[in-house]
Amino acid sequence: MIIVTGNDLATGDVIWWTGSGWSRHVGQAVDAGHEGEAIIERESAARRVNSAYLVEAEQTASGPLPHHIKDRIRASGPTVRADLALNTEIPIVKA
Amino acid sequence: MYLYDQYDQAMVDARVADFRDQTRRRLAGEITEEQFRPLRLMNGLYLQLHAYMLRVAIPYGTLSSRQMKMLGHIARKYDRDYGHFTTRQNIQYNWIKLEDAPDILADLASVEMHAIQTSGNCIRNISSDQYAGVAADEVADPRPWAELLRQWSSFHPEFSYLPRKFKIAVIASPADRAAMRLHDIGIELVKRDGQVGARVFAGGGMGRTPMIAPEIRDFVTEDEIISYVEACLRVYNRYGRRDNKFKARIKILVHELGVDEYRRQVEEEFAHIKTLGIDPPAAELDRIRAFFVDPPFETGLGDALDRSDPDFALWVDQQVAAHKQPGYAIVNISLKPVGGIPGDASSAQIDLIADLAERYSFDELRVTHAQNIVLPSVKKSDLYAVWQQLREAGLAEANLDLITDIIACPGLDYCSLANARSIPVAQKIAERFADPARQREIGELKLKISGCINACGHHHAGHIGILGVDRKGTENYQLLFGGSGAEDTSLGTIAGPGFDEGGVVDAIEKATNLYLAQRQPGERFVDTYRRLGMAPFKEAIYG
Repeated sequence: MIIVTGNDLATGDVIWWTGSGWSRHVGQAVDAGHEGEAIIERESAARRVNSAYLVEAEQTASGPLPHHIKDRIRASGPTVRADLALNTEIPIVKA
Repeated sequence: MYLYDQYDQAMVDARVADFRDQTRRRLAGEITEEQFRPLRLMNGLYLQLHAYMLRVAIPYGTLSSRQMKMLGHIARKYDRDYGHFTTRQNIQYNWIKLEDAPDILADLASVEMHAIQTSGNCIRNISSDQYAGVAADEVADPRPWAELLRQWSSFHPEFSYLPRKFKIAVIASPADRAAMRLHDIGIELVKRDGQVGARVFAGGGMGRTPMIAPEIRDFVTEDEIISYVEACLRVYNRYGRRDNKFKARIKILVHELGVDEYRRQVEEEFAHIKTLGIDPPAAELDRIRAFFVDPPFETGLGDALDRSDPDFALWVDQQVAAHKQPGYAIVNISLKPVGGIPGDASSAQIDLIADLAERYSFDELRVTHAQNIVLPSVKKSDLYAVWQQLREAGLAEANLDLITDIIACPGLDYCSLANARSIPVAQKIAERFADPARQREIGELKLKISGCINACGHHHAGHIGILGVDRKGTENYQLLFGGSGAEDTSLGTIAGPGFDEGGVVDAIEKATNLYLAQRQPGERFVDTYRRLGMAPFKEAIYG
C-alpha cells in the first residue's frame, strides 16, 4: 500500500493522510492508491501539509507500517526518548 | 566577552523583523515552500525528521550566563524542555513550531544571539579552543581573531553563496582541542621572533571525502590574517565545483589543483588584495581585544585541594584542567551520563550551569566540539562546591576523553539525512563500559559516532569511529580505527565488514581487550593501534 505523509506547516508535526484529513497517528493512515500525487498537490496548495511524500507500507493488524526504518521512526517518535514518542509499539527493527 | 555594538544589534534585529514577515507570508500562503525554504535555512530553521529544528549559533562556543539562561528559557517555553549541544559548538532544538520561530529569534536577539549562517553555503559559526584565553599553553588568546572573523564573515556579500558550506577554526596552542586541521580553513596562532601571526591550513574536512588540511602558509602576520583568509576564499569561490555538490568543498579543489598550485593562486590573490587596503584597521582589533581582557582574578590563592572525598578527587582528576592563573582551574562538565544522550541537556541543567558560571566562573562558559560544557575560570577553593551542585543535577560524570565520553550526532532518531541511529549505539557502549575503574584502566579513548557519511559525529577523527549505514533497509555499523582530531590529526581506517548494533559493541570490547593486552607503558589506544597496525585488531574483532 501507498500512504501519504508530510509535516504540519505551522507546527512541523509529522502527519499522515487519513482519506479525509491528516492525523499524527500512522495507524489512521489509509491507502492512497494512485491518488497520492494528487493528494499532495491539493493539500500542499491548501497549506494543510508541508514537504509531503509517498511512503510504501504494509497493512498490519495495528494499521499501516512503513517499509523504511526512517518512516517508522517518524511514525513512532525518537526511539531514545520514550517520553516523547507517539507510539512506542511500532516495531522499528523488523523481525 | 564581546558585547554587541549598535551595528551588530541593528543587523540582528533587522533579520528578526525580516524573518517575522517572511514567516507570516509563508503561513498566509503568499509564498511557497520552495521560496520560503532558503529563507528559513538562512535563519537556521531546518525541517527534520519529526519537526522543525532550530540551530542557534554560539560564536566560538562562548556564552555568558545570561545567554545560557536564554537557551534554557527557549527549551522550556518553545521546545520540549531540552536542547542538544553539537559538534559545531552550537545548540539545536528539535521540536520547534514555525509559528514560534520569529519569537524565538527575537528572544535570542535580546541577548545578542541569533541563528544566522548556521545553514547554507556560507561561512558558518567560527569554532575555537574551549580553553581559549585561560589555557596555560597558548601563545595568544584566539578569541579576538575568532570574533574578528565572525564580524568579517557575517553577511559577507562575496561569500554568502559559496560552492558549499565553509567552516573555520582558530586555535592558539600546540595542543589542538578544536579539530583545527579538519576544517575548511584552520588557523593556528603562533609566535615568530616575538611576533604573533598565524599558520594557515586549507582544504580539510570530514564528510564523504575526509581530508587533513595541508599547510598553505607557515606564517602570516596578525594584521594580514583576514586578507589572507579572504584570498583563500576568493580562489575557492572562483574555482570550487558548483556543478557537483559532492565535490564542492574546498578540500576537493585543493586536492585537485594540488597544494602548490592552490597556494600559488592564493598568494597571487593575496598580493592583489594587499593593493586594495582592506586589512582591518589595527584599532578595530584592539577594540575587540579589549572585550577579552582577563577577568579580575584574585591573586595569592593557593593550589591545594582537599581530596578526602574520593568521588570528588576522581572527578577533579578527570574533569579539571590546568589554568594559566595560579589558584584557578578549568572545569569540564560532562554531558555524557552513562545511558544518556550525548550533548543533551534539560532546561533545568542549562539553568544550573548558567548559575554556576555566574557565581563561580566570571559569568562565562564554553561549549566544546566534544559536546560538553566548560566553566573556564573557577577558583580551586570553589571546586568542591561546584562539584556538589553538578552531582545533584546529574552532571558530575567523571569521563572526559574516556570511552564513555562519546561524540554522537543525532542520527536517525532526529535527522532526516541519517541512515542509522547513533544515540542508541552510544548508550549501549556507555552501558557496556560503565564501570569507572574500567574506563580509567583503558584511559584516553575518543569514540565518535556518525549516523551517515556526512560525519557530523566526527567518526573519521575517532580513535575508534563508528559509521552507521543503511544496508538494504537495515542499520549497519562500520568500525574505524586510528583517527584523531587533535594535534596528531589522522583519519581512521575502516576495519572491514560492518556489524549490527549489538555486534559493534562486542567488537569494540574485543578491540579494547586487545589494546589492554598489547599496550606498552604510556600508550593510549590510538598509540597501540598505530604501532601494531590494523591486522591484529581485525583478527580480534572478526577472528
